[in-house]
Amino acid sequence: MTTDIKADMKADTHLLDVRGLTINLPPGADRPFAVEDLTFTLDHGEILCVVGESGSGKSMTAHAVMGLLPKAVKVSAGGIRHQGTDVLSLPERDQRALRGGRISMIFQEPMTALNPLMRVGDQIDEVLRYHTTLSRAARRARVVELLASVGLPDPDHLRRSYPFRLSGGQRQRVMIAMALAVEPDILIADEPTTALDVTTQKQILELIREVQAKRRMGVMFITHDFGVVAEIAHRVAVMQKGKLVEIGPASEVLNRPKHPYTRQLIAAVPHLIEHREDFTRERKPVLTAEGVNKTFHIGGSMFRPGRTVVAGNNLSLTIHEGETVGLVGESGSGKSTLGRSIVGLIKPDSGKILFEGVDLLSLSRPAFRPYRRHVQMVFQDPYASLNPRHTVGDIITQGPVAFGEDRKRALDKAKDLLKLVGLDASAADRFPHEFSGGQRQRISIARALALEPKLLIADEPVSALDVSVQAQVLDLLEDLRHRLNLSMLFITHDLRVAAQICDTIAVMQKGSIVEIGPAREVFGNPQHAYTRQLLDAIPGKGWTLPEDVVPASRRHAPVRNSA
Amino acid sequence: MPRIAAFVSQRLIKAVFVVLAIAVFNFFLVHAAPGDPAQVMAGEAGAADAQFVEQLRQQFGLDRPMIEQLGTYMGKVVQGDLGFSYRQQRPVFDLLMDRLPVTLSLTLTAFVLALIGGVALGTLAAMRAGTWSDTAITVVGLTAYATPIFWIGLMLILLFSVNLGWLPAFGTETIGAGYTGWEAFLDRVKHLVLPVTTLALFYMAVYTRLTRASILEVRDMDFVKTARAKGLPEWRIVSVHVLRNAILPVITVAGFQAGHLIGGSILIETVFALPGIGRLAFEAVLQRDYQVLLGIFLLTSVVVVIFNLLTDLIYSLVDPRIEVAP
Repeated sequence: MTTDIKADMKADTHLLDVRGLTINLPPGADRPFAVEDLTFTLDHGEILCVVGESGSGKSMTAHAVMGLLPKAVKVSAGGIRHQGTDVLSLPERDQRALRGGRISMIFQEPMTALNPLMRVGDQIDEVLRYHTTLSRAARRARVVELLASVGLPDPDHLRRSYPFRLSGGQRQRVMIAMALAVEPDILIADEPTTALDVTTQKQILELIREVQAKRRMGVMFITHDFGVVAEIAHRVAVMQKGKLVEIGPASEVLNRPKHPYTRQLIAAVPHLIEHREDFTRERKPVLTAEGVNKTFHIGGSMFRPGRTVVAGNNLSLTIHEGETVGLVGESGSGKSTLGRSIVGLIKPDSGKILFEGVDLLSLSRPAFRPYRRHVQMVFQDPYASLNPRHTVGDIITQGPVAFGEDRKRALDKAKDLLKLVGLDASAADRFPHEFSGGQRQRISIARALALEPKLLIADEPVSALDVSVQAQVLDLLEDLRHRLNLSMLFITHDLRVAAQICDTIAVMQKGSIVEIGPAREVFGNPQHAYTRQLLDAIPGKGWTLPEDVVPASRRHAPVRNSA
Repeated sequence: MPRIAAFVSQRLIKAVFVVLAIAVFNFFLVHAAPGDPAQVMAGEAGAADAQFVEQLRQQFGLDRPMIEQLGTYMGKVVQGDLGFSYRQQRPVFDLLMDRLPVTLSLTLTAFVLALIGGVALGTLAAMRAGTWSDTAITVVGLTAYATPIFWIGLMLILLFSVNLGWLPAFGTETIGAGYTGWEAFLDRVKHLVLPVTTLALFYMAVYTRLTRASILEVRDMDFVKTARAKGLPEWRIVSVHVLRNAILPVITVAGFQAGHLIGGSILIETVFALPGIGRLAFEAVLQRDYQVLLGIFLLTSVVVVIFNLLTDLIYSLVDPRIEVAP
């Protein structure tokens, strides 16, 4: 790698040379510039990770390089050079040749990045059609070759499939095949693994590294996840609010971060820590699930059998008073099904769900109602789970009022709750859209707490949030649990998050709990092969957070049983 | 395509039962209205004494119990016999077949024009959203939609027939001109221009708005960004990636509207004095001509069922995610 870079340096033209790039935001935005005075370079055979939280301008930079900026947003200063050619001054026609030809891009969401109505082979073929003069037959052969090169099985059959037939990981492979179609010099990957499961993420990261090395491409890899950075980066650029705050070799930035913002980001990275007490098995159980089964039937009709999916296969677990049980597993493993069964949103086919000894599943609707307030749920997406037409005060008080609380008293309590979750009491009069994602999740938590539940089901409550916000919300949940002696079922796909907050871990795979035990044991001495596979897939395992960055409070958790 | 064949045949079998159920429902609906053809005929003949009415009733079979009348009617419908109109002294089937070509040439042409024009204008408006051409298309479309359809028809007649004298104002052909062959065809086309335009303007507004909204939604989707990132020319992005995805809701609405082609032209047929199904229905209601009304209702429901089936088929062809499941 080093010799390649030297060769290019001699010519003094970088593969990509961004200098003083400033991108204006339209008037009325929260700041005048999306990106301000940004300078960096990218060379052959190099992976540059651009790190930052949402709104840092990292995606905007990538879009500017691709010439894909939205109409309202303009480059006002600086330049982007591709092998010495000023990209921004090129006529549209030449820019198009560059786009998809010399510079290609893959996106975050493989589920939506492909045209749902077009066969994947045709979507790859389009790139070849507009960037090469290959014949139809030659293009078809190339498509098959490309699909095979990204590790997709049976490429000749797969080429005729529509995207909805493929899994997320397969779609991302198709996207990569498409991006590589005409052997570009630069690959821009915009959070390409964020929407994927850990094990799939690992495979995709390996694939990107492999094709990058083989073709000596320059890769601009955008991510918010320092674990991924540690896994893949040669160099790292950290962006904050449109400005580059730190850039340097990966080992430097990861292990000796200089800028306070970089240090803050690294400190917020969830990491495997062994701090949990072996939790109070002698405490009384709040909720016990016994042999819960649930099978979903998908599609089908009177004339045709559908597909059946086993989402719950003999699931049993116990949540004790004050305990946080983590339910981890990949998408489709049945985690949410169990959570929803406990809250009564889904009716399992068989089994028992005992809440303080009463089987919730045997109860009639009216008899179940009083239990609803004892078990409350916090959902994943704080943007979708709060009614946009109701004030925050309404949202929080609706539950208590439905259970007979006086409206005025409920509102007073709501204001106290808002303070408890770290917001101002005046938030009650405002609407959800006036708040950021992290603030909204705090509101969701306040809403759940308004009913004074004994058990909180948190379904991926921090997955939609930036790392630093994620850390704050986790701290809040941890704090509340001590103050209110809450029990919690914490559902997550992110083992690092689970390690931070859970006393007990249950690992789910294909509808079954394959391993359950104290967090320390599950993470420290995993018994099941699947648990080991999950742990192995965590990005950045080989990287230990620098000593001076992680504050003691997050490293060594306080003693749990003092409450 | 054996899957499609199985789908169509199963749906057709279901459709037969649907149509029969509708026929029964229609029968009761028609008989629920006060007055019957015997009363109306007797009244018009100026001899409304009870005995005459009773005699007419016996002649038409209206004196039998309702269930028996229904049995007779359904028995005939199953054999393809739609009954006999005593008012017009002709079999209902023949009456319908006489009128159908006029209505179909009017509504089908208007429908196809509206669909093509609406999608084209909607696409144009969406691609230029926020510019004066978008505004112009929107204003014209909404005006056409909001203005009463007969008024537009009258104004077009006033302009093109009365003032400019370019096009005929009513009827389906120039009576007594004695055109043959090509000339006769041209004459018929000329007669259709104004009614078709009027009807198409009205439908078109719906498709324009729908296409515009749908494209604006699809335009910002991720796969369109992917298409741009691939360096495709703009026309290909719009036609292959945006439009094909945006057209799905348009197909749904078009399927609905196509079902109403037969009944939707009453006003136009009245304004332009066209002897179509719509006018026939209108007259049959006034005259309590049960057999004709039932025949028209049945025809309409068959058309609706057929177009529903067609819509589902087209949908499954356009969108691979929808499987033709009977």
